[in-house]
Amino acid sequence: MRALVTAVYLFLYAPIALVVLFSFNAGRSAVQFTGFSADWYGKALSNVLLMDALKNSLLIAATSAILAVVFGTMAAMGLERLGARMRALFDGLLAAAIVVPGVVIGIATLVALVQLFDVLNPLLAGLWPGQEAPKLQLGYGSIIAAHGLFTMALVTMIVKARIASLGRDIVEASSDLYASPLTTFREIVLPQILPAVLAGFLLAFTFSFDDFIIAFFVAGSKTTLPIYIFASIRRGVTPEINAVATMVLGASLLMILIARFLMREKTTR
Amino acid sequence: MALTSSNDIEFRSVTKKYGALTAVSDINLSISKGAFLALLGPSGCGKTTCLRMIGGFEQPSEGTIHIAGREMNGVAAYHRPVNMVFQHYALFPHFNVEQNVAYGLRQMRPRLSRAEISRRVGEALAMVRLDGFAGRRIHEMSGGQQQRVALARAIVNRPSVLLLDEPLAALDKKLRTAMQIELQTLQRELGITFVLVTHDQEEALSMADTVCVMSAGRIRQLGAPQEIYDRPADLFVADFVGKTNRIEAVAEAGGTVLRLADGSAMSSSAHSTGGGAGVPNGKVTIAIRPEKMRMSRAAAPGPAFKGRVTHRIFLGSVTEYAVAVPGLGDFLVTEDRNGLATDNMVSPGEEVFLGFPPEAAHVFPVQQP
Ligand SMILES: Nc1ncnc2c1ncn2[C@@H]1O[C@H](COP(=O)(O)OP(=O)(O)O)[C@@H](O)[C@H]1O
Ligand SMILES: [Mg+2]
Repeated sequence: MRALVTAVYLFLYAPIALVVLFSFNAGRSAVQFTGFSADWYGKALSNVLLMDALKNSLLIAATSAILAVVFGTMAAMGLERLGARMRALFDGLLAAAIVVPGVVIGIATLVALVQLFDVLNPLLAGLWPGQEAPKLQLGYGSIIAAHGLFTMALVTMIVKARIASLGRDIVEASSDLYASPLTTFREIVLPQILPAVLAGFLLAFTFSFDDFIIAFFVAGSKTTLPIYIFASIRRGVTPEINAVATMVLGASLLMILIARFLMREKTTR
Repeated sequence: MALTSSNDIEFRSVTKKYGALTAVSDINLSISKGAFLALLGPSGCGKTTCLRMIGGFEQPSEGTIHIAGREMNGVAAYHRPVNMVFQHYALFPHFNVEQNVAYGLRQMRPRLSRAEISRRVGEALAMVRLDGFAGRRIHEMSGGQQQRVALARAIVNRPSVLLLDEPLAALDKKLRTAMQIELQTLQRELGITFVLVTHDQEEALSMADTVCVMSAGRIRQLGAPQEIYDRPADLFVADFVGKTNRIEAVAEAGGTVLRLADGSAMSSSAHSTGGGAGVPNGKVTIAIRPEKMRMSRAAAPGPAFKGRVTHRIFLGSVTEYAVAVPGLGDFLVTEDRNGLATDNMVSPGEEVFLGFPPEAAHVFPVQQP
């Protein structure tokens, strides 16, 4: 039994450890370790194509995470006010949204967007006052939309749990003390749910930053970091890619740890 | 009903339904300015719902509520001149004591100056004897102290009505008694109308000047504490407020004769019949307070039952006896220390006679199903 558990963990983590190890390889090989060096990190950071993809990824992750947090928090607050049956329905839909596989979301979003563009583009061309009407197409917008929608469900789940533990008491107390709903939100609710909101932001950001599958379907001609990595691996695994993967791994782990810390603090208080 | 300016709160035919459940049913109630009213009743009878409708957290399904002469239906909680002390205090955990108390003042428009706010917060904290605690965090305060913060946070706004939902329920008995006295003093000093919700009849009787006994969403009796205790309007009130001995009987001869289960009869004419109305023929219940019962070793004149003492409970200032009377059941008798000298107390197993003054017996017709 013990041996089996050890084997499972080895199977899970050994490849990751190898990636990290070989990112420090002095030589070119991805199978033979010839000495310790951080050169590949420098190479990676000065690769223009790679840095472009990274910038795209950061932009998309930040934008979609902000959208997810704003709308996810609003959704969580709105769900609180629903009756028991409607709430159960939406809880179920939320949980379902989170377990839908990325491939399905990718294809569904792609199909939906393409059909939408087919309808909108001729309309836009007809209404446009100038000569060249802008054409809606896949790109940053579509990735942000797909990521934002998916991670919004995540944020809603996290914030909803926090709101539920708040109780209606202090909200009513605030309103009893002459505070308008807006003031109550700003002064009482927001400070209380802020850790959950931040945790939601970090998780949404990490998800978007790491996502390959959904982005692959809806990216159009744009390249995100995971897409770039995927493309370059076809030309062979280099220590440079290992260095990039290690940095992505490090950043993701850090953010998830912070998110976990933020979510834990709320339950112990 | 004419609206008079001396009424702070009026319920006019107020009904509140939650789906199929009627929590409050056709309540009419006027609370005059400066009154200390207690809403008393068992758990689930609709007390909190009434309070929450005054506070603006629930809207009546039917009828209207008026505060200071103004109809309040549809008026949001934050526009009402009332403040509430919540059962679990509902203090803001991320604010300290001072920030909690200042919260209502900060929302007031036109804005109050900082100096004014801090002066009034200081005053309120002094009033609840929490001076020196301004900078404390809420979770560093004991339950009793949190209770006072909640109180200060409400009275600092000088509302015309203060609503209190079982404010003392979470405190231990000693602290509760102390707070009862403090609340009463505070109410007199401030002249604010207090509406207190409680299921504790002792608390209601000792603190309020008017008690409103509720059951199943309806008002059963409204009156001064003494009136409620001495002249309960029905059997429910007699049972719920204080302790009561019940004797089942049948009214005969137009309600002038009461035949008891053991076959004996007593004359009803002298007995108070709930609300003053005579009792019709039929089943009745006679209610007598334990402290109105007289216990003696020898038969005394007047109605009397012969029984045997089964238990004696010494409570300090008074002693309670349980007396089993054949054919009529168990009776509870309270004797104060003057009644029987300590060295001459009746012991369990002794045979005694129970008597009572006729006016202490309340006769209520039993509702036929
Ligand atoms: N928000 C609500 N939804 C449904 N039923 C409620 C709600 N609030 C109270 N009730 C019901 O209304 C009745 C009266 O409740 P409440 O006013 O809290 O009683 P009390 O304060 O006297 O214990 C109870 O049966 C309770 O279950
Ligand atoms: Mg209650």
